[in-house]
Amino acid sequence: MFAYIVRRLFLMLVTLFGISVIIFVLLRVVPGNIVDILFDAAGFVDPADKANLERELGLSQPIVIQYLHWIGGLLHGDLGYSYVSEKPALEEILPRIPITARLAGLALLFSASIGIPLGVISAVHQGSKLDYALRVVSLSGLSLPSFWLGLLILMASVSLFGTMPIFNPNPKTWLEALTIYAVPAMAVGFRSAALTMRITRSSMLEILRQDYIRTARAKGASEASVNYHHALKNAVLPVITVIGIEAAFLIGGLIVTETVFNIPGIARFLVEALRWRDYPIVQNLVMFIAVVVVVVNFIVDMLYAAIDPRIRFGD
Amino acid sequence: MRSVQALAVAVLSVLTISDVSRAAEPKSGGIFRIYHRDSPGSASIHEGATYSVNIPFMPIFNNLVIFDQHIAQNSADTIRPELAESWAWSGDNKTLTFKLRKDVKWHDGKPFTAADVKCTFDMLMGKSQQKFRQNPRKSWYDQVDEVTTNGDYEASFRLKRPQPALLSLLASGYSPVYPCHVSPAEMRTKPVGTGPFKFVEFKANESIKLTKNPDYFKKGLPYLDGIEFTIITNRSTAILGFVSGKFDMTFPTEVSIPLLKDVKSQDPKAVCVVEPNNVSTNIIINSSAPPFDNLDIRRALALALDRKAFIQIMFEGQGDIGGTMEPAPDGLWAMPKEMLEQIPGYGPDIEKNREEARKLMQKAGYGPDKHLQIKVSTRNIAVYRDPAIILIDQIKSIYIDAELDVVDTAQWFPKIARKDYSLGLNLTGNAVDEPDQSFYENYACGSERNYTNYCNKDIEKLFDQQSEETNLDKRKKLVWEIDKKLQEDVARPIIFHARTGTCWKPYVKNVTIMSNSSYNGYRYEDVWLDK
Repeated sequence: MFAYIVRRLFLMLVTLFGISVIIFVLLRVVPGNIVDILFDAAGFVDPADKANLERELGLSQPIVIQYLHWIGGLLHGDLGYSYVSEKPALEEILPRIPITARLAGLALLFSASIGIPLGVISAVHQGSKLDYALRVVSLSGLSLPSFWLGLLILMASVSLFGTMPIFNPNPKTWLEALTIYAVPAMAVGFRSAALTMRITRSSMLEILRQDYIRTARAKGASEASVNYHHALKNAVLPVITVIGIEAAFLIGGLIVTETVFNIPGIARFLVEALRWRDYPIVQNLVMFIAVVVVVVNFIVDMLYAAIDPRIRFGD
Repeated sequence: MRSVQALAVAVLSVLTISDVSRAAEPKSGGIFRIYHRDSPGSASIHEGATYSVNIPFMPIFNNLVIFDQHIAQNSADTIRPELAESWAWSGDNKTLTFKLRKDVKWHDGKPFTAADVKCTFDMLMGKSQQKFRQNPRKSWYDQVDEVTTNGDYEASFRLKRPQPALLSLLASGYSPVYPCHVSPAEMRTKPVGTGPFKFVEFKANESIKLTKNPDYFKKGLPYLDGIEFTIITNRSTAILGFVSGKFDMTFPTEVSIPLLKDVKSQDPKAVCVVEPNNVSTNIIINSSAPPFDNLDIRRALALALDRKAFIQIMFEGQGDIGGTMEPAPDGLWAMPKEMLEQIPGYGPDIEKNREEARKLMQKAGYGPDKHLQIKVSTRNIAVYRDPAIILIDQIKSIYIDAELDVVDTAQWFPKIARKDYSLGLNLTGNAVDEPDQSFYENYACGSERNYTNYCNKDIEKLFDQQSEETNLDKRKKLVWEIDKKLQEDVARPIIFHARTGTCWKPYVKNVTIMSNSSYNGYRYEDVWLDK
């Protein structure tokens, strides 16, 4: 087990190094940089002014030097300065992380707490009207884009309640605080909940046909015990995998959800930084997201062993 | 006749609203909440070239002079003193002297003096040690030889030749006075001004907050405790936010005509105005390479345009046809209609124009069996893309098959500068309704914003002639002549001038949307909330 963890940690570092190179190179392959954009906004190009600014921002240096400068800074906790706001990148990124973390956490919680029970119910009542209804719900969850769902929610709340749950940094009541996160979390988590539900259903159906389930029933175990103790415990492994993958995909969903609900999190910030080619922000944010994804995957692998003792990583 | 009556009713109702708001006693207090369409690149007005910077940061500053904030049409007659108490031209019209106020302090407590005026304009002219990161309006001051001071409270602009337009340029929202003691870098992140509101914070992609300046030199102002701009890039969310009461006003001049209808249907009490914004949608032509190096093809292109169709499709008829200068009645320098209609392509008979265009195309070797294949390049923004698509459709009628080439905004200007395009659809905004700004910036030989490199030395002489002319009527005639010539030369064919909407809640008082510029009307010192 220990050797496995060490091997995985080593692989994580290699992956992160690869990601850092890819991000760095890709960003510079994309045409245009911050200087082009600033001068585009101004509507003219003075080559001397442009060259000065490129030199000032370090963009005139060879790409390898720029990379080493970034990685060197990163290892010392210096993330550089945002080209746009001219503030330290860390100062720009840090306050946004808890906002997105809250939103992502709530979305995953929503996804698991809705998707798993409904998936089980759907499997246990296979072929019933309830099963069909739940399958329609899950299919619609997979089909509805989260930005569209978000806009529908906003329009409905303006029309029904005369207000809307967009972000407010200083909510007046706990209910408002909950609403500004919970509603967007539901919008973005709906698709994820639908996927979780479908995976749970199919996994449960497969398990419920196993011999040991029949044996448990033959021994007189109650339906609840068979479904939740014997079947769900074994069916949950692929569900955990999916939730792990969904945690990574969630960032993509959060970009539009943060835009629609005007939440100043890292996903929307990343898009804006990309638009401005604000390299220090984009590089560090993508690295942060990469670290989160790699760590989540690592935790999922560890959970396998915890949930299913038959899995022995060291073998 | 019915439409005239409707217009009269609308004008009367607007006047009534305006009268009521003026008649009521202003109340102090409250935070004015506006949504902002995007996150500005910096807080420095002098380094910006978009009103995304002007609108939130103009309340922080003062100019020497400013266009009256309650008269929609900016003109030389509506210029009012601000940091200057008075101004005077010398007898030879080559020196403009300002007497400055003595009771003005910067937000950090330091006194405002003539040295700050000199610093600001020296920096704009590129004459000072400190430099702006970018200086998009340097050309505005090309005729200024030097700025001198006489004591702490007098500053003079000495010109190379008479330029009556200078005062209008100084009255723009783009011409605030900066403090000498604050660096350009600090001004981009924590601006210090003398204006009615102080800077509190600017969180990129989130919000911009301003607070009342209790030491403002205009006693009793501002009425508001502060202004908060929430940055909302999604237009639907922003409009819903306004409708639901989260904001007191929409981002100025940013509500399209169809969206305006939505707002009015969901919030019938909202006060909405539609005004021209002095932004023209035009075609840029690469005349240095085939096929548009052929004047016949350029002329054919100009003849193929059905401008009314553009306006009908995009603005439900609420737009204007004109030349380079903003059309009348809001534009001060527009050609008379009969003169405009003499220009090829502006006549009312579109089919006749297109027939003539087809003949020119056939002369150039194209026809029903041999279409010209080109790309129409434009920025990947809806206000650019939509007219580009209509343009592609219209030029099909003169044997031109065009493909839309959508360019990322970061690549747009470098692409144009490289001349890596044959036909482009472009928007040109004018900060001041003033021929000097428009002609020199967009059409002068070698000008940095003359994207097409159009260069006509004869016209340039006329630019100087009109610029020096102090007789308004004579100057107007010269401007019309120049504008007509620019359109006949197909220098940068103007398709239309847009109109856009702004809405605010009925309790917001003293807001005036300018009708011939989108850059000059955001001081907000006497805006108040009747709550």
